Amino acid sequence: METVENTSAELLAFEARLAKDEVIEPKDWMPADYAKTLLRQISQHAHSEVIGMQPEGNWVLRAPTYRAKKILLAKIQDEGGHGLYLYSAAETLGMDRAQMIEQLHQGKAKYSSIFNYPALNWADIGAIGWLVDGAAIVNQVSLQRTSFGPYARAMVRICMEESFHQRQGYEIMVRMMRGNAEQRQMAQDAMNRWWWPALMMFGPHDKDSAHTQQSMKWKIKRQSNDVLRQRFIDKTIPQAHFIGLNVPDPDLKYDEENKSYQIGEINWAEFQQVICGNGFCNHARLSHHKKVHREGEWVRQAAAAFSVKQKQKQQDLATAMA
Amino acid sequence: MSENKNDQLPLWEVFIQKSNGAPIKHAGSIHASDKEMALQNARDIYTRRNEGRLLWLVPSNAIVATVIEDEADFFDPADDKPYRHPSFYEVPEGVTNI
Ligand SMILES: [Fe+2]
Ligand SMILES: [Fe+2]
Repeated sequence: METVENTSAELLAFEARLAKDEVIEPKDWMPADYAKTLLRQISQHAHSEVIGMQPEGNWVLRAPTYRAKKILLAKIQDEGGHGLYLYSAAETLGMDRAQMIEQLHQGKAKYSSIFNYPALNWADIGAIGWLVDGAAIVNQVSLQRTSFGPYARAMVRICMEESFHQRQGYEIMVRMMRGNAEQRQMAQDAMNRWWWPALMMFGPHDKDSAHTQQSMKWKIKRQSNDVLRQRFIDKTIPQAHFIGLNVPDPDLKYDEENKSYQIGEINWAEFQQVICGNGFCNHARLSHHKKVHREGEWVRQAAAAFSVKQKQKQQDLATAMA
Repeated sequence: MSENKNDQLPLWEVFIQKSNGAPIKHAGSIHASDKEMALQNARDIYTRRNEGRLLWLVPSNAIVATVIEDEADFFDPADDKPYRHPSFYEVPEGVTNI
């Protein structure tokens, strides 16, 4: 990674490569801001995967059946893996993982606001898989064509794994909607609480999004927030209606001509509040991460000590044979 | 394996062979303190759905690579040798199976 700016010949060559839809690799020349933007976005994405394990982890011991528990565990394990793929991709830009985690702990790096909402009942696990993973998938499918190689390749792998996440969530919703009145009520309640936050996952409207234009120019982002959000809306609303769930939006309209839904106003004040740390679970999520990281310290130390010992043994063996 | 002042474990590159006879392809990287942990971490992170039947783990700092800026210069020995391709040769009309 080269970080010297204003080398215009290199910049022109870089832009020419992007124009040809070439993929940029870690050791290739890139503008410092390109690397900086990527590092911010990929590390934030990695933190989101890892913090995202918490709302669902809350239900592992309370899953209603053994089948449900196995599925939930497998999904959560995938999210941990996604975090690791993404940390690795970010590390190719020259920051190590310990630094990224430190930035998370200091509040300098963010994670997706969606994980600051609590998972209150079992239907929330359905709503998270169906809506939250569903929204993430729309975004991640688009990012499979991002211009930075390690990020794009991580996305391909992640998308392959994500497809079961959304289905298992929808299956929970289907089962609850086919259950008794109380179960249907729980499912609708979860829908009411997760629908709008899921739409906010795509970020501010294009006209209000500071980073979008530059990111699109560099092909880090391939489609705008509003385009991706609309794609999610049009895919998801028929799935809701199919099982009898109402979309909690009194202003929702269906545009027959464009075969597309028009939603009401998004409550951006709430979005800002959650981003600023005033969501339901901001404090809990971060302090839990810190605690677990601290508690795992002896494991990391033991692993490092073990490898020193192994190396010493090999050296001793070599000396003995010499 | 780059040693680190903090508790970050050394970096390894993961290569996977999908099926018998297939090429062994790069899949990503992991951190691990030793060979055994490297193999186990790679299994848990990259092959949770039987993505492979064989893993290769290579310390990242053992990899030697070309850089894209040198692409033209480095690979140019092949540029002026079209006669290495079958399309270079003329075959008379009507000749088949060659
Ligand atoms: Fe994920
Ligand atoms: Fe997921």
